[in-house]
Amino acid sequence: MAYIGTPTSRVDGTAKVTGTAKYAGDAAAPGLAYGAVVTSTIPKGRIAKIDAGAALRVAGVLDVLSHENRPRMARRTAAYKDDVAPEQGSPFRPLYDDKILFSGQPIALVLAEEWEIARFAATLVRVEYDVAPFVTDLHVERERAFAVEQPHKPRGDADNAHAAAAVRHEAEYFIPIEHHNPIELYASTVLWQGDGKLTVYDKTQGVQNVGNYLCAVFNLKPVELRVLSPFMGGGFGSGLRPQYQVTLAVLAARALERPVRLVLTRQQMYALCYRPATIERLVLGAERGGTLDSVGHEAIAVTSQYEDFARNDTGWSGQLYKSRHAKYVHRLARVDLPTPSDMRAPGATTGVYGLECAMDELAVALKLDPVELRLRCYSDRDQHEDIPYTSKKLRECYRQGAAVFGWDRRNREPRSMRDGSELVGWGMASGVWEALQMDTAVRIVLGANGHAEISCAFSDIGTGTYTIVAQVAADLLGLPLEAVTVQLGDSTLPQAPVEGGSWTAASVSHAIAKTADEIRKELWRLAKAMPNSPLAASRLDDIALADGRIIDKKDGGRGVPMADAMRHGRRDRLACESTNTVKEDTSHARNTHSAIFAEVKVDEELGVIRVTRVVSAVAAGRILNTKTARSQIMGGVVGGIGMALHEETLVDHTLGRMMNANIAEYHVPVNADVHDIEVIFVDEPDDLVNPLGIKGVGEIGIVGVAAAVANAVYHATGKRVRDLPITVDKLLR
Amino acid sequence: MARKFRKRPSGPTIPAPAKIPVSLTVNGAAREIVVAPWVTLLDALREHLGLTGTKKGCDHGQCGACTVLLDGRRINSCMTFAVMQDGAKVTTVEGLARDGTLHPVQQAFIDHDAFQCGACTSGQICSAIGLIAEGRAKTVEEIRELMSGNICRCGAYPNIVAAIRQAMERERS
Repeated sequence: MAYIGTPTSRVDGTAKVTGTAKYAGDAAAPGLAYGAVVTSTIPKGRIAKIDAGAALRVAGVLDVLSHENRPRMARRTAAYKDDVAPEQGSPFRPLYDDKILFSGQPIALVLAEEWEIARFAATLVRVEYDVAPFVTDLHVERERAFAVEQPHKPRGDADNAHAAAAVRHEAEYFIPIEHHNPIELYASTVLWQGDGKLTVYDKTQGVQNVGNYLCAVFNLKPVELRVLSPFMGGGFGSGLRPQYQVTLAVLAARALERPVRLVLTRQQMYALCYRPATIERLVLGAERGGTLDSVGHEAIAVTSQYEDFARNDTGWSGQLYKSRHAKYVHRLARVDLPTPSDMRAPGATTGVYGLECAMDELAVALKLDPVELRLRCYSDRDQHEDIPYTSKKLRECYRQGAAVFGWDRRNREPRSMRDGSELVGWGMASGVWEALQMDTAVRIVLGANGHAEISCAFSDIGTGTYTIVAQVAADLLGLPLEAVTVQLGDSTLPQAPVEGGSWTAASVSHAIAKTADEIRKELWRLAKAMPNSPLAASRLDDIALADGRIIDKKDGGRGVPMADAMRHGRRDRLACESTNTVKEDTSHARNTHSAIFAEVKVDEELGVIRVTRVVSAVAAGRILNTKTARSQIMGGVVGGIGMALHEETLVDHTLGRMMNANIAEYHVPVNADVHDIEVIFVDEPDDLVNPLGIKGVGEIGIVGVAAAVANAVYHATGKRVRDLPITVDKLLR
Repeated sequence: MARKFRKRPSGPTIPAPAKIPVSLTVNGAAREIVVAPWVTLLDALREHLGLTGTKKGCDHGQCGACTVLLDGRRINSCMTFAVMQDGAKVTTVEGLARDGTLHPVQQAFIDHDAFQCGACTSGQICSAIGLIAEGRAKTVEEIRELMSGNICRCGAYPNIVAAIRQAMERERS
């Protein structure tokens, strides 16, 4: 393998550093009209009246669409149910009727010849409402929260075991609403082609999901619609479901019968989706010797009034560590906000934050080193199903992470380490995520000139999919990287699910492997048919593709150039497409793991916290590209620092409105907030998880980071802040 | 064009502001546009000059994605109107490479994988070139501080700093 496992630079790097990579809001079209959205200022009720009179009198305004006058859209809520929609509930239908479900809901769309005109006219639209009573506060609504079904079964008798435990820890941890805030604004450019066909450039993590959704909502045939997202300026989960700007942009293009661009404002994006505010209640019971005996985990999260969004927050607690007794419950509290969404390792980021802070507190109670506690509870088997892992090198993560960090120099006593006027704290945590794989199809077209084109509908949301596809294809086809081009993010390409859940690398790589194998067979047949073929007596099993040649693995010198075989067979191209389907296998657990070590320095008088050092040791099977994978883990660590110290969407519960809907008041980490981050990939060979041993690295980078930082803050200061983010006021309170 | 879905009400037309000619030198080429005073430099570049390499991330000067070089200095192009810059020289990410050779900062960004999604990258690169020209940042801490107007939500900061250091060293040698 010449490319798999190497630090190959991004194949789309030049396009991104020269500004030629085209994103959803970049597509050009003659006669483009522009949209501006008017949003509701109340969280619940009805639109009593929309007065668009003044807006319509503005020179250059083309139309103002609302529920009163929009073109036809599907009535059935099922038509709005995309691949990622929660099972329970009815999706929001933008501009459908007069009902207001959340503050910031789109209620009118102003269309104009120029964007500035649309935006100005949108300010002139007058709306009157009938306001209904509403709720937005999780801490008030938790009393009315209802339990949702989760796959994880309790074991033993956690309540009695906890009551009898020698050492107990019980606490609540809180994660506020967080927003993804990708830098690219949500945008759609819809090209109207005159024959009723639409080409939609959309900011999305799933072009086929958006395509199917639009076909259902607008009663279009698949051939009438093409959705493109060749580049996406960050998603972090916010682009898994179709967002309302694409619905509105298509509505507008159909209304005006001309191309339309609709770009949301940063403020409007806060009403798309978010990580749900969640209370994580942990109840741990241990034996005095320092082994875990019982785990109880209850999560209470917000959801909307119209959909039940829930992820696995609690199951990690019963899976990760050995404990005889475990019980879980996940509750949802309905609030008058939009439906929450997946955001960077959904469920694990929040649930493991609670678990890993609780484990730290238990280690303090047991007077144990936190790594030592985790080693004592270490399990080589998935504790839910009592099955082995395909691989689990978490022990090695602890060992290598601790060694690189210098953990053995830690003084366990809080407030015991200093650097001048700053208190120094060292904290750690574990991380866990799933190694998933989805059915995916890939097409390979190999030319007699030795050039291969690989295509698949997956999007590259910045994770490096273009690059790993090129690497895997180049290796499996025996071609140089430069001879491979990759097409992604087009709904007309071979089938792929949304890009998320860390399943893209494994899914697309095995689809490439399957299709490349078809190409290999085809080339072998052509090679055998050549006159005096050196491969005439060869068996398919012995045939490999390498250096542009079809070779006999047993005798590397024996072979023929692919170009010759194709020429003799009068084939100027070989085209294969095949789908790799994933068989369910419950014999083993499939997970990635990590150990995170963090150093903070806290100004004793001011309470200002700096995360000066993070070491993240990750076990995630085969790493396809050590350069881009490192960047993904690093990005997860930065996201975790934000979660620990900065990020919080503040809701004014008397107005039912998000107050800090911009990137100046919603704090995300900036360059000066981030110091040294070291990423270690622990060697984890795994031929059980899948043939290529790929587990995926998108999510694992963030899981556990906020806990490691919070635990370091405790170690530095002796103060335990369980409500995120850990801000100066909470620390000095 | 007739409105299909909502009739224009009676009453006087509310005019859009009159358009004004603006001359800019963009990436070395003289460009003339006629835009209303409310068009930002960012939107002029993207929507009137077809230079979509410069990105809009907030439109409020909070994220730095729209950073361009204006007469050699880095500026958030969403925070200035095109008409205010009549006669100015603007360099965008599209104007940095010379004869197919990437600018050292562009190359360093690829070498160090200083981006993932690419949405902040044009702004980071223009900001880094501005930073290097300012000559104020000598240490890693100063680079971090003086690059903090450019948010990277993918979290590539350590790689961005490494890329800038590489470009600075190449410049010195």
